[in-house]
Amino acid sequence: MNDTLQYTKEQIWEFLSEIPDPEIPVISIIELGVLRKVEIENTKIIVTITPTYSGCPAMKVFEDDIISTLNQKGIEAVEIKMVYSPAWTTNWMNEAAREKLRKYGIAPPVKGTEDKGVLFGSDLKIVNCPQCNSEDTILKSQFGSTACKALYQCQNCLEPFDYFKCI
Amino acid sequence: MTTNEALINYSLRLGDSSLILGQRMAEWCSNGPILEEDIAMTNLSLDLIGQARMMLTYAGKLEGNGKSEDDLAYGREEREFYNTLLSERPNGHFGETVVRNFLHDAFFYHLYDSLKNSKDEMFAAHAAKSIKEVSYHLRHSSEWLVRLGDGTEESHTKVQESLNDLWEYTGDLFEMNQVDEILIKESIAVDLNDVKKEWDKTINAVLKRAILNRPEDAYMHSGRLNAIHSEYLGHMIAEMQFLQRAYPNAEW
Repeated sequence: MNDTLQYTKEQIWEFLSEIPDPEIPVISIIELGVLRKVEIENTKIIVTITPTYSGCPAMKVFEDDIISTLNQKGIEAVEIKMVYSPAWTTNWMNEAAREKLRKYGIAPPVKGTEDKGVLFGSDLKIVNCPQCNSEDTILKSQFGSTACKALYQCQNCLEPFDYFKCI
Repeated sequence: MTTNEALINYSLRLGDSSLILGQRMAEWCSNGPILEEDIAMTNLSLDLIGQARMMLTYAGKLEGNGKSEDDLAYGREEREFYNTLLSERPNGHFGETVVRNFLHDAFFYHLYDSLKNSKDEMFAAHAAKSIKEVSYHLRHSSEWLVRLGDGTEESHTKVQESLNDLWEYTGDLFEMNQVDEILIKESIAVDLNDVKKEWDKTINAVLKRAILNRPEDAYMHSGRLNAIHSEYLGHMIAEMQFLQRAYPNAEW
């Protein structure tokens, strides 16, 4: 084996940009903000990730996917580091990723706002329906099909839909 | 007691309370009163178990014996758990679960709100992450408490009774010992007397909206600090640990 890696850091990021979120395959781990850092130590790659929600079952899948993606490129020595600080936030998701979510039928997090108010939805915001773009939607449940989503229903087209919660 | 021993105990306390409350919420899986609530309660469980993993992994690392979070969750006996007495209370009816969770969510919320300034990096990161999730939990339980308290005569009576029954387990949440003393001196732990003040404000505000009476402080159970539990924890962990006890070190 060579003493140094034949790839640059940028190339590694590019390889990893192909790994999708297993639950929401239209966005990648980079767009999601889970991938934090890539370091190269001689022939070893150290990939730093952060969990979305503490109990998110997708994290294990991310780890396996990162290792297998890099293995396929001939990189055997891969180390995954998990960091908890700074805590993951939906603010790391850019406009392009939000648009992909919308097209996929998931209302993206309402930008720049963290759900800080604790009691009684004092900060309830307008979530547009990803199907018909109506503002006339209601929150059905703070908890939806995965830890990161809430369940809404559109009063206009009557479609129920997932909303990617702001945290 | 060394600082490291105190840190181990503190991380077990945090991890165990999340784990046990998370396991209780998992018991609702497929038993929720409506589909949305079934999903909500299992999501709460998932968050709590995720939070427990972080702290139990940390405890294992501090112990330095190579124990994983699974070893600690599934390999300890009842008298080695440091969870709050409130977290192990049985689910009862839906309203009872709402009351228990409300009292506990408010505790977690204010605890993490202080702990996010801890000098211990891991505790600070854990608190900053967990408070985002616990905010949703507290909102969920508070809203249900108002719906039930200010609902029908039957729902009001039921949640008031649950509140009266569970109140005597709330004193245990705020008890402190030498572990707290050592860690507070180093700006690592949180003074639970301060947390109690904030907790009181939240509890009073929500109970008022729910038209429920705050019970008088009378006899309070105690035990968390010495890993002494009610009769319910043993039964619960017997079920939780069954697989690892029957098939030691089994993996997916």
